[in-house]
Amino acid sequence: METSQLRIPYFPGCTLNTTAKGFDTSLRASAQALGVELVELPEWNCCGATFPLLADNILDLAGPASVLVAAREMGERLAVACTTCYNVLRRTNLAIQTDEDKRQKLNLFIEAQYEGDLQVLDFLQVLRDEVGFEKVARTVKRPLTGLKAAAYYGCMVLRPASEVAYDDPENPRALDDLLMALGAEPIEYAHKGECCGSYLAVVSAQAAAEMTYSILSSAQKNGAQLIATNCPLCQFNLDSQQAEIGRRHTGYQTIPVLYFSQLLGIALGLDADDFDWEKHSVDPRPVLELVEPR
Amino acid sequence: MTEDLVSIFIMGKRHVVPSGLTIMSAMEHAGYRLIRGAGCRGGFCGACATVYRVPGDYRLQIGLACQTVIQPEMHLAQIPFYPGHRADYSLDDLQPTFEAVVTTYPELLRCLSCGTCTKACPQDIDVKQYMAEAMRGDIAAVADRSFDCIMCGLCVSRCPAEEVQSNIAILCRRLYGKYLAPGAEHLAKRVLEIEEGMFDDDLASMKSLGEEELRRMYDERDIEPE
Repeated sequence: METSQLRIPYFPGCTLNTTAKGFDTSLRASAQALGVELVELPEWNCCGATFPLLADNILDLAGPASVLVAAREMGERLAVACTTCYNVLRRTNLAIQTDEDKRQKLNLFIEAQYEGDLQVLDFLQVLRDEVGFEKVARTVKRPLTGLKAAAYYGCMVLRPASEVAYDDPENPRALDDLLMALGAEPIEYAHKGECCGSYLAVVSAQAAAEMTYSILSSAQKNGAQLIATNCPLCQFNLDSQQAEIGRRHTGYQTIPVLYFSQLLGIALGLDADDFDWEKHSVDPRPVLELVEPR
Repeated sequence: MTEDLVSIFIMGKRHVVPSGLTIMSAMEHAGYRLIRGAGCRGGFCGACATVYRVPGDYRLQIGLACQTVIQPEMHLAQIPFYPGHRADYSLDDLQPTFEAVVTTYPELLRCLSCGTCTKACPQDIDVKQYMAEAMRGDIAAVADRSFDCIMCGLCVSRCPAEEVQSNIAILCRRLYGKYLAPGAEHLAKRVLEIEEGMFDDDLASMKSLGEEELRRMYDERDIEPE
């Protein structure tokens, strides 16, 4: 067990309680193995799921603002797993910090005195900056040697860069570097920050299928055996659109799409039985069998 | 006879009534005959939901008319019923999942967690929090947190997202009761005993008794200790 314990308040978000349970279980188990104690906020609500783009839509900020208030009561930082939640919470926090009108109105409405003095961190950022990928590499028990993985970042941790990016928004590295620390081989390809189609899947299966196809086929052409992502919505789209892609593109070969935390947990030698593999449309387990056992 | 009198405003009209009354008693004192907006008169049924304001405070206040004591110069109105979407469903067709709740009440996802509902609850339930738990499919948590709900509908009346919080909560309590709560083994055992005729002879003999004898038996019955 690690001696240097890092304790940090944690916001899992609704998706990690429903469709992305494997992200949550693998992330919590990996954090523990790395000596990070994630303390879930005792009471939390939905982050709102989209950051409102209308400048005078302040009511939509009430939900995420009360999450930030609850987090600030526990400390000065908040680790967020879901990248959509990260994006909304971080931008809400920034709006409260920088926009006096919004700050005053929100505080009056939710009956708080919150100044935005909280650091909203993506969990990957915590791994990179606070745990350190070197330490992750030292803790690996079952290196993912030989696995060619495509890091896929999606939009939520990259755009708008001035508000959310903790990495180079044009050429992000954090996930690639983590994969390398786990012993995998991150492949280079041009689509790691392209949009997966996001909520387009609801209104146009065709558009979503084509957007995901360009990402998945680009990764495959560059040798990827699997996709590793940090975003539940991207994971869902990239994974579940492959049946439709198969109907539209003859000869299409499927590729599994995993949360980085599932790979992290496996590399740390953890029991992966409760990583919720059943929810994956393309079963990742055959590819993972290429990894040498513990 | 001297008594302190205060003036209150019922639906905008001034009435002078004795101080110390509940809102419900004050309304009846003022001449209202309550055929709606009154039920158990004991703070349980939720029929007498009332909204009011007192001078010098911008906040809308809420309470049950049978439980809330009047304040001088208060303005009040009763909300005996508030129309909210009520879905038809059969519990047999549902599972205790997020999908079941959001399919039955699609408006669930319109909730912005603004917290207006929590401020409106006369039972001090954190309505916003159970809505948050519903949005992540934690049926047991909704059932537990909403347990004291009396279905008065004040949360529904105040919601800017047009939610029907109380109906969503009772759906979750029903799902919890049917699918998640541990079964009551003693109940199943007793039902079996009844079906096997354990009480048939006693009932038959009681049927043959006269009223006097039944009254005596009732008065002398064993009562469970408190």
